[in-house]
Amino acid sequence: MNSSLVAWILRAVPFGTIIMYGAMGEILTEKSGNLNLGVPGIMYLGGFAGFASAYYYEKLAPHPNAVLCVLLSLLCALAASMLGGLIYAFLTVTLRANQNVTGLALTTFGMGVANFFGVYILNGATYSAAPLANKAYAAKLPVLSGLGTVGQVVFGYGFLVYAAIVIAVALHWFLTRTRAGLALRAVGENPATADAAGVNVTRHKYLATSIGAGLCGVGGLYYVLDYNQGIWSTTGQMEALGWLAVALVIFTTWKPLNAIWGAYLFGMLYWLYQFLPSILGLSISSAMTELVQMVPYVVTILVLIAVSLRRKKEDQPPAHLGLAYFREER
Amino acid sequence: MPKRQPAIRLEHITKTFGSVVANRDISMEVDRGEILALLGENGSGKTTLMNMIAGIYYPDEGHIFLDGEPVDIRSPRDALAHGVGMIHQHFKLVDVFSAAENIALAMGEDEKFDLRRVRQQARAICEKYDFALDLEQKVYEMSVSQKQTLEIVKVLYRGADILILDEPTAVLTPQEAERLFVVLRNMRADGKAIIIITHKLHEVLAISDRVAILRKGEYVGDVATKDATESALTEMMVGEKVALDIRRTPPKDPVCRLRVRDLTVPGPEGVPLLQNASFEAYGGEILGIAGISGNGQRELLESIAGLQAPAPGARIEYFPPDGGDTPVELLGKSPRAIREAGIHLSFVPEDRLGMGLVGSMGMTDNMMLKSYGAGASPLVDRRAPHELAEEVRASLGVVTPGLETPVSQLSGGNVQKVLVGRELAADPVVLMTAYAVRGLDINTSYTIYRLLDEQKQRGVAVLYVGEELDVLLELCDRILVLCGGRVNGILDARTATKEEIGLRMTRLVEGEAKA
Amino acid sequence: MSGHLSHPAGAEPLVRIARREGVGFWQKVLVRAAAVLLALVVDALFLFFVTGLNPLRVYGVMWGGTFANFTRFSWMLRDLSSLLCVGIALAPAFKMRFWNVGGEGQILIGGLVAALVMVQLGSSLPAPLLILAMGLGAVAAGALWGFVPAWFKARWNTNETLFTLMMNYVATSIVACAVNIMRGKNSALGTLNRASRAGWFPAIFGQRYTINIIVVLVLTFAMYAYLRWSKHGYEISVVGESENTARYAGINVRKVMLRTMLLSGGICGLCGFMLVAGRDQTISTATAGGRGFTAIIVAWLAKFNTFYMALISFLLVFLERGASEIASAYSLNEYGADIITGVILFFILGSEFFINYRLIIRGIHKEGR
Repeated sequence: MNSSLVAWILRAVPFGTIIMYGAMGEILTEKSGNLNLGVPGIMYLGGFAGFASAYYYEKLAPHPNAVLCVLLSLLCALAASMLGGLIYAFLTVTLRANQNVTGLALTTFGMGVANFFGVYILNGATYSAAPLANKAYAAKLPVLSGLGTVGQVVFGYGFLVYAAIVIAVALHWFLTRTRAGLALRAVGENPATADAAGVNVTRHKYLATSIGAGLCGVGGLYYVLDYNQGIWSTTGQMEALGWLAVALVIFTTWKPLNAIWGAYLFGMLYWLYQFLPSILGLSISSAMTELVQMVPYVVTILVLIAVSLRRKKEDQPPAHLGLAYFREER
Repeated sequence: MPKRQPAIRLEHITKTFGSVVANRDISMEVDRGEILALLGENGSGKTTLMNMIAGIYYPDEGHIFLDGEPVDIRSPRDALAHGVGMIHQHFKLVDVFSAAENIALAMGEDEKFDLRRVRQQARAICEKYDFALDLEQKVYEMSVSQKQTLEIVKVLYRGADILILDEPTAVLTPQEAERLFVVLRNMRADGKAIIIITHKLHEVLAISDRVAILRKGEYVGDVATKDATESALTEMMVGEKVALDIRRTPPKDPVCRLRVRDLTVPGPEGVPLLQNASFEAYGGEILGIAGISGNGQRELLESIAGLQAPAPGARIEYFPPDGGDTPVELLGKSPRAIREAGIHLSFVPEDRLGMGLVGSMGMTDNMMLKSYGAGASPLVDRRAPHELAEEVRASLGVVTPGLETPVSQLSGGNVQKVLVGRELAADPVVLMTAYAVRGLDINTSYTIYRLLDEQKQRGVAVLYVGEELDVLLELCDRILVLCGGRVNGILDARTATKEEIGLRMTRLVEGEAKA
Repeated sequence: MSGHLSHPAGAEPLVRIARREGVGFWQKVLVRAAAVLLALVVDALFLFFVTGLNPLRVYGVMWGGTFANFTRFSWMLRDLSSLLCVGIALAPAFKMRFWNVGGEGQILIGGLVAALVMVQLGSSLPAPLLILAMGLGAVAAGALWGFVPAWFKARWNTNETLFTLMMNYVATSIVACAVNIMRGKNSALGTLNRASRAGWFPAIFGQRYTINIIVVLVLTFAMYAYLRWSKHGYEISVVGESENTARYAGINVRKVMLRTMLLSGGICGLCGFMLVAGRDQTISTATAGGRGFTAIIVAWLAKFNTFYMALISFLLVFLERGASEIASAYSLNEYGADIITGVILFFILGSEFFINYRLIIRGIHKEGR
């Protein structure tokens, strides 16, 4: 296999994994009828909480243990991002605030929290690192990843990459084969019907939104502790990733299994500018590379248009997406 | 034998929405093996009351007893757990789910989730009551009566033995309604308690054992069906003796105002919603349009109003009062183009707040909905509409806190008065109304009939789409019957019978279909 | 909820919710003021526990961020005008229920065209013509950016929230690419036309952004009048309420949608132009600075009334300027502003509930009759 292609895949898969977590979280959220535009903010919250906990654990514990470090950072990332989801759910479900506006406010808030406290950790430096956590998160499968190119391409990633695939399959199974999944889809499609059938709409919305936010947070965690090599620095990169995750949700037409290949495809498209020219033996000016970066977004727009053209019932967003539900509305 | 307990007993139930009292101090009961008809005008609080038993609303005051035990029904799940199942007027189904998935959704929490078993049991229910239902079919592919069947199977699956049906026949053909009645009688024989909400008197007499009547949110009383007559029930429903006759003046020198030829409106799946409709409407007469809802009435009116795109080849010709014999072609004209051609075409659509009016705007802004564009100024002129609003409020007795109060906050009757008032003020030559009295109380309904008759005397060609055959026969001069999107005969309203029209609504008459 | 089956009869839920209608003006003001006040208390707690500073003194410093002297105040006006300008741009779109989340991209693309014209024609056109060309180019570019998603929405009902969101990143890529080309071998683009100052707004009262402020002030009145008294504004309201009603009334829904988005995108483009000519004298991917998103909140909370929008913009800019003032005074960082803003937005958003609904607590509901 072409070595550029290998390098390209090795870059694209981890990139795809970040947005796969974000997209899966948002799929779960949107299935409950909540359009949460706070994904970037939630990814910041999860990424920062995960990093900060790992950083302080490594710094303060006399003999830091890699497994504990992973567990601790995962827990903190989940807790912080789910708290973000909870704020969103409280405002939109209980207080019936507008979903789009609340989501955007959450994005502002999450970015603010992460960067505000991040500066304390940075303490004047341009970046700070959590090397042990990074090593644990990025650890490859010991034997398999050594098996030549194929081993490298298939097994050469940290465990969260495989966890993402497992979660996607589990999510698919949950949504299509379980009672709770059926109830959740009903809530997003037609909450009045779900309510009349005895499904607790509020509880489902809260749970889906919080767990979905937790998944988004893991995406942020993976970005910082694996993809970005355990380095925290104040950048706006995660915001772009968050919106890309929202885009991926549309691309998958709200189906978790599509998120697997969709995410990797987005990863390939994102890194297109760096690898395709060398594969084709072209040289491309640096300015043009900026232009190629729009490809994933353009692809998403095309998918959006295609979906609206086909009007296939099964590919549409949940019918009640973006709307609040009030049982006694007359 | 212990004292027999009624299946449901309500005691002193009161429910208010904002400042509106929907139910006041209502007490009533229903037995097992009984079909109770809950009768009342629209807005009398029937659905609200039943929604409290089904767990959709929670009563402000009062108690509900099931089999003599006080119960607290906070949600539809509570209601189902107590064996209460309600079939709502607007079906509670998830469109993208299959029938089996919709049934599974209502499954009890203690039951193991197994779609295969759901199908088996649902099939058994279908066989027992003789329902035809494809459990794999998606709801969005189903007809209205299939959806209703699914709703009934759903509550039966959950083991409901108290069934509440909210206006179940409103969307059914007479044959489908008859089939439903057979099912209901079977269920009664099975020992179930059944409540059917309706305002159709002949149905009450045909199906129920007992009738309970609500009026303006209050419980008037009940009578055994065998002792009831239509006029007695009406009196209880309205609270006063109502002269149930409609004024019909003879047509005044009818002139052709509208000639429709070969009007076809294509449907989404290749089946036309309206097919080769041809007819004339004359000034000075009311042309009734009868048919089961969804048989092309909407397409017919909206095509004339320029809101639908009919298939090419049709002609819709309008004869202006001063233009002699040269007709104006309406086909291909947008509503604005029709208006700008000086054609006085008024249209009271079926969906009042979703099409005829803007719910969030007050009367003044709604008055100018069709006329705001007049004049060259880029700004709107609110003075004339304001005066018109005042006039409509005074002449039709619209009850509203103010001209700027959003019309969506008004009651159904007042909303319709605002809409009709605006359309009549436009000085129509052709006036089309769709279900003009749907959901209105009897007095407002008669006001509307009177207004239509006045328009007719002014020489207006009135098209009246209605659902109640008695009204059509008394109000109109001729009745056009639609069946499956085809014109199935145009009858003289003074000689036609209800049976004849009912038959034409359901079965195409050979050879006459093109008339 | 199924856990409540065994409750004794009459034990109604502890708290129920009912719609509220006809809330008075002052009641609304009171609820919102209470929300802001509560948010400030929460923010004060946050400041105290995180930084150990006396929150009252911190708020004092924040106050100084806007009101300490005339320069500060003019900076506040400058930032307010940029934010308000985007809010004004978005208002007609949102009133039409068209979720234009693409303000960011529309600003950027407008700013980029202005910058390109400024550089390319800077030496060949006289100042007034140059500024006119920049403005027209920017408005056209922003309008185009708004038009594309609107066209697809009008034609095939393509989801506009997500379409406009994606358009932001297309614009960002184009700007990044153009900046890359324009800077050539330099490490950064820097100020454009530094020597000739061609295409810069003239300074009035000592500041170039005075023109921005004046333009936005005019726009505030103009947009208010447009939405409230013009035929276009009436059409926008009808389309936003119900497309069916609009068609019934003879309104060409597609035309209104396209026209309104041309206007919305055009004003965003104008904002980009003013940011380049009146404020930054350069262009970068950060030129829009999140205003496209913040302005959505501004427009929504103000219910599209441009004067309320000015008030909310002021509140947000006041907080932002105050936060950067705290940052320099206590050597904190400016991201604190985002937290404070976020909290206040949460509270204001949540407070709407208490305007639209009322809570009925068990046992004390009868008096409400």
